[in-house]
Amino acid sequence: MTDTLRPLAGFGGSEGPAVRLRAFSNLLPRARLTILAATAFIVALVIMAAAPHLFTHYDPLAGDMLAALKAPSADHLFGTDRLGRDVFARTLHGARYSLSIGLGSAAISVVFGVLLGLLAGLRSRLLDEAICRLFDVISSFPGVLLALLVVTFLGAGMENIAIAVGIAGVPKFGRVVRAQTRLVRDADYVTHAAIYGQSRFGIFARHLLPNVLTAVPVVATVYVGTTILAVSGLSFLGLGPQPPTPEWGVMLAESRDVLRVAWWPGVFPGAAITLTVISFTALGNALQRRFERRVP
Amino acid sequence: MTQAPPGPLVEIEGLSIRFDGLDGPKTVVRNLDLVIRPGECVALVGESGSGKSVTARSLLNLAGDGARVDARRFLIEGEDALAFSGARWRALRGAFAGLVMQDALTSLDPLRTIGQEVSEVALRHGLVRSSGRDALVSATLASVGVPEPEVRARQYAHQLSGGLRQRALIAAAIAGRPRLIIADEPTTALDATVQVQVIGVLKELVRQGAGLLLVSHDLSVVAGIADRVLVMRDGEVADAGPTADVLARPRHPYTRELIAAVPSADSRGRLLSSGRIVPDDSGAIRITRDPLPARRAIGDGALLEATGLTKRYRRNVAGPGGREAFTALEDVSLVVRAGEVVGLVGESGSGKSTCAKILLGLLEPDAGAVMLLGQPWSNVPERRRRSLRSRLQYIPQDPLSSFDPRYRVAEVIGENLSGIEPHVRRRRILGLLERVGLDGAFADRSPRLLSGGQRQRVAIARALAADPVLIVCDEPVSALDVCIQAQVVDLIAELQSRLGTALLFISHDLGLVHHLADRVIVLKDGRVVEEGAAERVFQSPAHDYTRALIAAAPRSLVGGAAARAVA
Amino acid sequence: MIFGPLGRRILSRLGTSLVVAWGSVTAAFLALHALPGRIEDILAGDLDYPGLREAIAAEWGLGRSLPEQYLDFVARIASGDFGVSYVLRQPVAQIVGSQILPTVQLATTAGALALALAVLAATLTAGRGGAARSVASTIELTCASAPVFWIGILLLMAFSFSLRWFPVSGAGGWKALVLPSAALALPTAGLLAQVLREAMEKTLEQPFIVTVRARGLGEGLIRLRHVLRHAALPAVTLGGWLIGGLLGGAVITEKVFGRPGLGTVTLNAVLTHDVPVVLAVVLLAAFIHVAASTLLDIVYVVIDPRLKAQ
Repeated sequence: MTDTLRPLAGFGGSEGPAVRLRAFSNLLPRARLTILAATAFIVALVIMAAAPHLFTHYDPLAGDMLAALKAPSADHLFGTDRLGRDVFARTLHGARYSLSIGLGSAAISVVFGVLLGLLAGLRSRLLDEAICRLFDVISSFPGVLLALLVVTFLGAGMENIAIAVGIAGVPKFGRVVRAQTRLVRDADYVTHAAIYGQSRFGIFARHLLPNVLTAVPVVATVYVGTTILAVSGLSFLGLGPQPPTPEWGVMLAESRDVLRVAWWPGVFPGAAITLTVISFTALGNALQRRFERRVP
Repeated sequence: MTQAPPGPLVEIEGLSIRFDGLDGPKTVVRNLDLVIRPGECVALVGESGSGKSVTARSLLNLAGDGARVDARRFLIEGEDALAFSGARWRALRGAFAGLVMQDALTSLDPLRTIGQEVSEVALRHGLVRSSGRDALVSATLASVGVPEPEVRARQYAHQLSGGLRQRALIAAAIAGRPRLIIADEPTTALDATVQVQVIGVLKELVRQGAGLLLVSHDLSVVAGIADRVLVMRDGEVADAGPTADVLARPRHPYTRELIAAVPSADSRGRLLSSGRIVPDDSGAIRITRDPLPARRAIGDGALLEATGLTKRYRRNVAGPGGREAFTALEDVSLVVRAGEVVGLVGESGSGKSTCAKILLGLLEPDAGAVMLLGQPWSNVPERRRRSLRSRLQYIPQDPLSSFDPRYRVAEVIGENLSGIEPHVRRRRILGLLERVGLDGAFADRSPRLLSGGQRQRVAIARALAADPVLIVCDEPVSALDVCIQAQVVDLIAELQSRLGTALLFISHDLGLVHHLADRVIVLKDGRVVEEGAAERVFQSPAHDYTRALIAAAPRSLVGGAAARAVA
Repeated sequence: MIFGPLGRRILSRLGTSLVVAWGSVTAAFLALHALPGRIEDILAGDLDYPGLREAIAAEWGLGRSLPEQYLDFVARIASGDFGVSYVLRQPVAQIVGSQILPTVQLATTAGALALALAVLAATLTAGRGGAARSVASTIELTCASAPVFWIGILLLMAFSFSLRWFPVSGAGGWKALVLPSAALALPTAGLLAQVLREAMEKTLEQPFIVTVRARGLGEGLIRLRHVLRHAALPAVTLGGWLIGGLLGGAVITEKVFGRPGLGTVTLNAVLTHDVPVVLAVVLLAAFIHVAASTLLDIVYVVIDPRLKAQ
């Protein structure tokens, strides 16, 4: 019961087969390009989230009924929605919500996942078994439904869906860290370290922890994409930020009523979500491959 | 085997193979001539990267993605193979030539039964219908000496022992009754006694009329079976001719180096890599080697003393009952004295590794005790061991996996130099690197970028950093090519002579142990079956198992008396 | 022991699944009691009339000790009794039972479609360089990264509003099932195809593939007979998670296409704070997920003979 996130084989200490190394080496320039493009998009996104007004003078909340449902033009790059709000401005401002909720819930998953995964990977079989069953229980609730439960109990809102998505991700991350920990724990450079006079704590602090943690940011990058996707779905269902918030999922939910006459409110926010998720996924995957190949 | 057609099976002149990579084309084989006739064994010998495997696979047009094969003449049973279509090649594969690779565990589909794997080629080429499948599988498995073929046919590769598995792989290759068998390192990674059996199976196939192309890194394996041998180096043939001729009168310096680098009784006390081949008056050859520096005397007192070591594991097994107790080590006692080189010999599963772990204080024995320098070493808390840790060091088989992947060479060695001021430490590290024959520039490189031999030198430097009295060497050169192996063995032997460090040298290679060890301990199924001075054990082994081991070990390539080493 | 290694493995897996199912029921119970406020207020939702609170308290036995309530809760769920929706004034089991069919229909159709697409894409392009593989992997990455509801919106715009091939909403006939299944299937297919292709390419680098090629088999047969089975292993591992994703995605898809089903019921229940219904649907989904994962794990052991001996 694992998932798309996986531990980094390269950190186990054993050398991958040379055949594979050679086969991947022709991908190098393309991988570099991917990393570059994805990073550029994410940086742009962060700037948008921090200072959206630098790119547009329209207020994302101010409607202009006279300019409702205008098709994309030089004036309104992405057109306007049924209340005459500028879709480009709203999409720009939306970056803030997607990034903050996505990163927030990813942070919850990472922190608890790393703690529990380390404990499970290191300690006794009993604790390992208990933590794994806990992961099984949490992941037995499909993410969306778990969020529905949380919202029923706690009410709709950004914090609540961040918590819900964060909890749902704990097992995903925890299992990766657990597998990574076991890989490192059983690697020769850890099991032999006592020969070089290392104490148990020394082995943990100098070899085990750093080699488990080096993998975390890489895996987390892929994971941020997943959380942004999950968050947008919950917002679409109306469980997150409420209208008129310019959140991408909310915007798409609102666009459903005008799809028959206007395509633009239903296209641009979705494209923004998709590009964001692609960027995080591609960046994470490329980094992961780099780590696994361990080209210095 | 089918009736052998007249004429050679394969006739190749001027073969070149090149791969077009991003960084330009790379030629891996150049100007190679090869002829294989029915009933004949031709061997391709060379180190890793010499192009031998690619050459062999090109006979099936399986040289790899992006390989460009060119030749002045490339005839398969008289037909121009350079003009063959993909379908024609597929028709030849398995029917004209069968391929046997190294390590049947990964070379047989692990998810399919032996029966399915063996019959696949015959079904593909329409030699049997599904009704005749079982009979064919049983007959083929029986023909390569697999007992109870009906039972084995229903099992999977992982359920068979290494020797049976390799025979099953051969059976899967010959089930299509090929006229040529291509065997790529078919006995590598097998225990010597099993190796002999597998070579025997191949010999029998050649006797029945099949052609055999044997690819190997090991001249001594080839010596026992090949009619002709091609020694390859960097994609070119260095030496070629009848096997006896090439071994007796090697023309190319590289072949001489290969022959001289093999450790044996004759090389004792000498530097392996210094071997020079000089012709004898009789036309045969002999090897002269430089002596090692003078050794220090072996002390009387025991550095390390193990008594009655026993270790049992519980392991899962197939079939009812599920788990069974497995004894890895039973009542093993041994002593290593100051300055002594003790060889610990055994095949896979003999308990060598378990023994090493217990002696290194990484694993506690279930019974028995270890004393290091007169102090209790086993079953004591790690805290009490710590002060003695530097006295006992370790050189592993796979150095890379024992280096923290984040570390550079200096950090790897520095791990064993704690509590020293940084600049003193740096100087010590550079000194150690120099001592193991590495440039100071290596200090800031990642071990990943080093060659196998260089990595092993780093591991040796790390062990020396602690200034130990005893080093446990666990198969330290078994993953290295023979020439590199000779250099690393020389380094270990030289340091041992100079520093007087005692060695516990664990190996499956009897020649190597004979070359190095003062005393030999033979381990079988977790028990010591024989122990004694190296000369005595090798000349008059007392135990049947030791005799079997020595009989199975590859012969010295250069005949005994003719190869007496001279200073 | 009467059971072989395979039997023992399956038994222990079933035991684990029971523990997990029990764990999810317990988690639901704990969540209910950890919430601020009285249980009867939470269960009543937005409803209020005289005597309701008292009726709920009596039905749930809220006067008893916590352990007693807990045992009663577990026993009731185990017997399939999910209580009564006070908002809809109907037993929860009845509500769920009447709406489950369209959702199951949607999820299974989408699942089958995703599997077919993924196997096709991976088998055709794995290990072959060139444009086809690049195009396929770009499409897969896009599908796996696009939200289900956006794909639904795009499909609606293209095939319902512009081309008028399929109805915009509703659940009548197979035509109404096409677009929702496609929308739900595409992200799953993208993800699955990526995993399958990577596994296939790893398998194609294995030494035994050279052995198989040396037997004269063609590429197609090698893929079907040898590679696909190896590639199925990681895909099976992923299966439980994908099924969870399909169940969750079904809720969203139903909203996009205005389809009736459990998703619609649940969303309405969330808006009216109808806790018994939400709780029942969530637990039901968890049980389905656990059952499916168990089944897949058993399939895994059957596919891979190496595990039986371990």
